[in-house]
Amino acid sequence: MMPSSEAARNVPTGPARKGPIGIEPGRINAGQPGTEKGRVSRVGETARIDARGVYYKTLNGQIREQIEGGATRVVLDNVNGQRYIGAAIAAQGVTIEVNGVPGNDLATFMDGPTVVVNENAQDGVGNTMNSGLVVVKGDAGDVLGYGMRGGRLYVRGDVGYRVGIHMKAYEDRRPVIVVGGRARDFLGEYMAGGEIILLGLGESELPLVGSYVGTGMHGGVIYLRGEVAGHQLGKEAGTAAPTDDEMARIEELTLDFCTRAGCDAAEALDRPFTKVFPYSHRPYGKLYAY
Amino acid sequence: MAEMTFTRPEFRVRIDRETCIKCGRCVHQCGWGVYVLDDEGRPRPDHAKCAACHRCVTFCPADAITIEKNPLAYKESDSLSAAHRKAVWRQAETGGVLLTGMGNDKPYLRIFDHLLLDACQVTNPSIDPLREPMELRTYLGRKPDYVEVAPAANGLGPRLLTELDPQLELQTPIMFGGMSFGSVSLNVHRALAMAAKELGTYMNTGEGGLHADLQPYQDNIIVQCASGRFGVHADYLQAGAAVEIKIGQGAKPGIGGHLPGEKIDEAVSTTRMIPQGSDALSPAPHHDIYSIEDLRQLIYAIKESTGYKPVSVKIAAVHNVAAIASGVVRAGADIVYLDGFRGGTGAAPTIIRDHVGIPIEIAIAVVDQRLRDEGIRNRASIVAAGGIRSSADVTKAIALGADACAIGTTALVALGCHVCQKCHTGCCSWGICTQRPELVRRLDPEWGAERVINLVRAWSHELAEVLGALGVNAIESMRGSRERLRSLGLDESTSRMLGVKPAGLGH
Repeated sequence: MMPSSEAARNVPTGPARKGPIGIEPGRINAGQPGTEKGRVSRVGETARIDARGVYYKTLNGQIREQIEGGATRVVLDNVNGQRYIGAAIAAQGVTIEVNGVPGNDLATFMDGPTVVVNENAQDGVGNTMNSGLVVVKGDAGDVLGYGMRGGRLYVRGDVGYRVGIHMKAYEDRRPVIVVGGRARDFLGEYMAGGEIILLGLGESELPLVGSYVGTGMHGGVIYLRGEVAGHQLGKEAGTAAPTDDEMARIEELTLDFCTRAGCDAAEALDRPFTKVFPYSHRPYGKLYAY
Repeated sequence: MAEMTFTRPEFRVRIDRETCIKCGRCVHQCGWGVYVLDDEGRPRPDHAKCAACHRCVTFCPADAITIEKNPLAYKESDSLSAAHRKAVWRQAETGGVLLTGMGNDKPYLRIFDHLLLDACQVTNPSIDPLREPMELRTYLGRKPDYVEVAPAANGLGPRLLTELDPQLELQTPIMFGGMSFGSVSLNVHRALAMAAKELGTYMNTGEGGLHADLQPYQDNIIVQCASGRFGVHADYLQAGAAVEIKIGQGAKPGIGGHLPGEKIDEAVSTTRMIPQGSDALSPAPHHDIYSIEDLRQLIYAIKESTGYKPVSVKIAAVHNVAAIASGVVRAGADIVYLDGFRGGTGAAPTIIRDHVGIPIEIAIAVVDQRLRDEGIRNRASIVAAGGIRSSADVTKAIALGADACAIGTTALVALGCHVCQKCHTGCCSWGICTQRPELVRRLDPEWGAERVINLVRAWSHELAEVLGALGVNAIESMRGSRERLRSLGLDESTSRMLGVKPAGLGH
């Protein structure tokens, strides 16, 4: 039986309704549009926006406005969970500096800018990012760099689960993720291209990496500073020692990371790396009967 | 031991020796490699390779070819049918998952064929659509809960104060479903894009990116973002008139897609932005969407990235579709695209295609009802797809509660598809579901566009005829009007689920 209209309407939907049916107007749009803008101070090409209490849609509109108005450095103060910062911004030579903790999907679909987060970041950083650089000075959450196709994502601290999932490379676009701390399970899951370097710097109770590393991996490469046990690997991935060329690449990326994220380069290169690579570019080629 | 198979050919190719002029055209036309010329220059068919696609039959200048079902008898068994036996043999030989293409071909109940439309007689005059205007124009997107209007003043008319959400304007409530470049050929995309522009409707890229050649048509293109994120970047999202997040597909609910490396040629590679020859794996879920809240996050990431264009969310019709659709609407989708279990695919495991999901008719009815009951029906439009075969199906789907319908396979049939269900092989002799250049070039996009335009225009005329018979002059007046439908031969619980009375029962 279909639920009766009466029963469904009796489900509480919030404060008093305005308008003909059901939902109170305040819930029609997402989040809730505070249209109050953040205070902006502009000195030359540097713009500062006070993001305290500013609705994300408004804040992101202000960021785009500043960049379109010629700002090359946009500093956001008092950020507290605003989502989509840097989303789909296509610009070269622009830096967005975040003071506070940005919300999910930082730099999603981003194409070119540099984003520096001075504290922690949340989930989904660099989601389907095309190019640019994201530097997180603290820790970051899950599903970083999902489907990322280019650019670099540097995280000074630890990262969560499924980092670098379905990263892919295409011609000169080669996405890179470097993590200074440790990573949880499913690092590089479904990975189709690009490079991930996991350094595990400093002391920690956490293992370097969780389990299921490179599950479903069919392209790209993961370099781990230290060792990984066979049981931690996905069945599509194997390990080897990096070649000399690969070591040179690891050094190049690690030095750049250390410079930008502020780590000790000597420590970062003080022990051998393990390479995790996919056995096949066609992991499911024999699964089907035609 | 030599390779032996128990599976005998499904078809037999007969070439009439008298009329065959040994021109060899069949050899060239067949994408499956059925024919070789023997010493006498006569085509010899390998029956096992024939898909009954009729390419050779159509192009044989002597009309010398016929294709027959293989009459080979199997001992009858209603339980372990010949089809079951053949499947067992194939899997015993290969150890593989059986693959297929197109939509579910099993004889499940076809609900559309058990629904009948009303018409006016005597007391409520019908309308002649040839003389009177019939409004088929349809707007897809979120409608406001209520509107505020400033009354006329100072010599100006009334003004709308409510800011309306962006809408997709369709001149007829028929659009094209998502079929990716990679699964179908670029010429199919070209034909559908041209047709969409001419018809004032929309084609959908599917999950394979937008080829550069299609940019002139971008105002009539909905771009898709699926779990593999192939070819998805800021410019792509901004290029489309709307963005569709593909969660599921009627032909294969709950599973992802594997475009085999063989099909990733240079053009597909460029458009998808992945290396040539590497498998393109679309994971089953979006790994950033494990909840309605996560879906909302992606919907608004896309809105943020596109200046708040409409976002459609495509879901397969599954058992809990009404509750899922409610969540999708609450997550902020402007359009819910429902894909029924008869929807087509470029490749899917047979077990999934034939046994997973529910019919689109029921999905439309329960979703429409649920959204009405919850008072949120206005917040998203419903697009129905997955087994729409005719304008009759379109009218019934709209009367059940859909705002518009999408056609995929049916549009391909207009382009020459003969529904041989071998899309997954990439050998399509009609140049539709293939990337082989010698096959792709057989489909002239302009010719194809014209055929699709003809089809949709013919259907639109038929829709107008039905509206006239119903005594209404706008598709709006028929939308969700289940009172104008009656069921015939459906059991009571199905009729109730559809919200349709049995034939014979008046108002």
